[in-house]
Amino acid sequence: MTKGWTLYDPRLAWMLVAPVLLLLIFFLLLPIAMMAVYTFFTFVTAGVEQGTLTVANWHEFFTDSYYHGFLLKTLRVGAMTALICGVFGYFPAYFIWATTFKHKWLLLLLLIVPFWISFTIRTFSWINILGEQGVINVTLLRLGLIHEPLQMLYTEGAVILGLLHFLLPYMILNVYVSLESIDRTLISAARSMGCTSAQAFREVTLPLSLPGLAAGLLLCFVLAAGSYVTPQLLGAGRDALFGNLIYDTIMGQLNWPMGATLSIVLFVVLGFFAAIYTRYMGMSQIVKGLGG
Amino acid sequence: MTTTQQTPRPASAGVSAQPADGSAAGADRHAVEFRDVQIAYGKFVAVRDFSLSIAKGSFVTLLGPSGCGKTTILRSIAGLVDITSGQISIGGRRVDDVPIYKRNIGLVFQSYALFPHKTVFDNVAFGLKYRNVPRAEIARKVGQALEMVRLPGAEKKLPSQLSGGQQQRIALARAIVFEPEVLLLDEPLSALDANMREEMRVEIKKIQKATGITAIFVTHDQEEALSMSDRIVVMNAGSMEQIGTPQEVYDTPATAFVADFLGKANMLAGTVSAVDGAKATVALAAGQSVSVVSPRPLAQGAAVTVVVRPQKLSVAPGSGENRLSGRVVSTSYLGGSAIYEIDLGGKTIVRANNAITGRLAREGETVEVGFDPAGCVLLDDKGLRIA
Repeated sequence: MTKGWTLYDPRLAWMLVAPVLLLLIFFLLLPIAMMAVYTFFTFVTAGVEQGTLTVANWHEFFTDSYYHGFLLKTLRVGAMTALICGVFGYFPAYFIWATTFKHKWLLLLLLIVPFWISFTIRTFSWINILGEQGVINVTLLRLGLIHEPLQMLYTEGAVILGLLHFLLPYMILNVYVSLESIDRTLISAARSMGCTSAQAFREVTLPLSLPGLAAGLLLCFVLAAGSYVTPQLLGAGRDALFGNLIYDTIMGQLNWPMGATLSIVLFVVLGFFAAIYTRYMGMSQIVKGLGG
Repeated sequence: MTTTQQTPRPASAGVSAQPADGSAAGADRHAVEFRDVQIAYGKFVAVRDFSLSIAKGSFVTLLGPSGCGKTTILRSIAGLVDITSGQISIGGRRVDDVPIYKRNIGLVFQSYALFPHKTVFDNVAFGLKYRNVPRAEIARKVGQALEMVRLPGAEKKLPSQLSGGQQQRIALARAIVFEPEVLLLDEPLSALDANMREEMRVEIKKIQKATGITAIFVTHDQEEALSMSDRIVVMNAGSMEQIGTPQEVYDTPATAFVADFLGKANMLAGTVSAVDGAKATVALAAGQSVSVVSPRPLAQGAAVTVVVRPQKLSVAPGSGENRLSGRVVSTSYLGGSAIYEIDLGGKTIVRANNAITGRLAREGETVEVGFDPAGCVLLDDKGLRIA
């Protein structure tokens, strides 16, 4: 029996994986576990809590409809954003896939270019477009089509628009990657057996690209429902999402136990949707989409 | 565009290189007809001056190296590739403007191209569904087709649950179930392993015979072409080199390309040194001379290439009228036969494939190789067969 090391030694594999495991344990699992413990702490006054264990925070969450309203609204905004992303993201993805344009990579690059600018600045840019003194209002006023500025900024619509702007590339990339994995001879086969191109799309292209669409929907939903910068900048107080609620509870009221409770709630709810997705689609599709 | 052909074609029933006359009689004899077809991608001409008539019910193979245009021709029948000029008819009907989905073509791809998200039943039923066949009829026909490819009861499986060979059978069933006018097979065996390939070869041929369907088969494998086809169309660089039965193209290659591509013939360059009626003596560049029988009298001093199949070159002593001495470079023992590589001098190495009767000639041994003067083909200085 030799004790020599080979490239396929399981010990080597563990050693290579160890840094990532440690990172995940210390910077993800432990903080979440600590948060979970915090949810049972007692809130005394702003910024002060006691280690006395209580279920008061959970009781408050489960009985106060104020929180339920925010949670439902967050899920609704997340779902709407994801659906709109799906509808508006599929077409560009399909176009990039189907085009015979030689420099396809340029089109894909265009999708990535927005990421070069800070997300916050991109969100701020909408203020100059939608605001009372923004491009749209000023133009319409000058043309005499309206007599007072339209209220576009600080509405739920503005929040969803901002989220779309942020999330559309994720959707397009996910759909594109799944389209790209379709064997094009399948479409030729369908056409040769009597399908028009529209029928071939319905029979072959669409069903085979659904995993990418589903991955994009989940990703957009989770990111939208977990967002807080966009509603903070583009929404009014009533357009706040669950993330803003958590921010407010922790930073405004300095109520860490309740803030932790709300954080765990959002974590569990979004985790639940991700779990359902994984059950039926497999997580690999999202990884592919992010890598592609 | 010209309609002249550069090489003489052996006239044969079933396939002819003559442009179709377009008459009604021609229309119902021919399943597929090409007239002066040219296919270009920008400046690159993939297929040029291609004229071919394929008889109903025949099995025709397009054979050639990759990039010779054979797949492009197949795809043009299906409508997957647009032709630049000329015309294609299927069953006597011009199809230049008929979209792919109305051409009634059965296609089998190298990659199987089964729909991974559909069951075997839905895959096979696909073409029937788009032909508005009633449900009960679809079920019956799908059952029959699966029976034919010897996979009955596979209806509910997904393609991913089948082996490569089984997937290709399903692809075949799917392509013939709606009784298309022509079955197009695009290198259907090349993704299979060697054993499976031979089995499928027999199977495809059997099914083609049983259904009487016209089949056009594309391959770069000469063995497949020789064993399956009624007619072989040898292609090179976008043009047709020769059409004929497997024996015709093998025994009497029309060009140097065909001789070399099919069976790696020995090509001995030389000049005619003496002529005696049909017989002539050729002084080989390798330094020895051989006597050959020519279909027409040769001119003294003409440059010719003597083409001899490895099987017609015999290493046994005292055989054949022509005797060439050489040294054995390598011997490959294949059980029933052996392949010798023999150096005739002057950098000429010939291959001989002989049944083993006596003892094997060893490497380094000096041997005599012989062939019958009538057992060779002569090519002129342009590489065309002297006929």
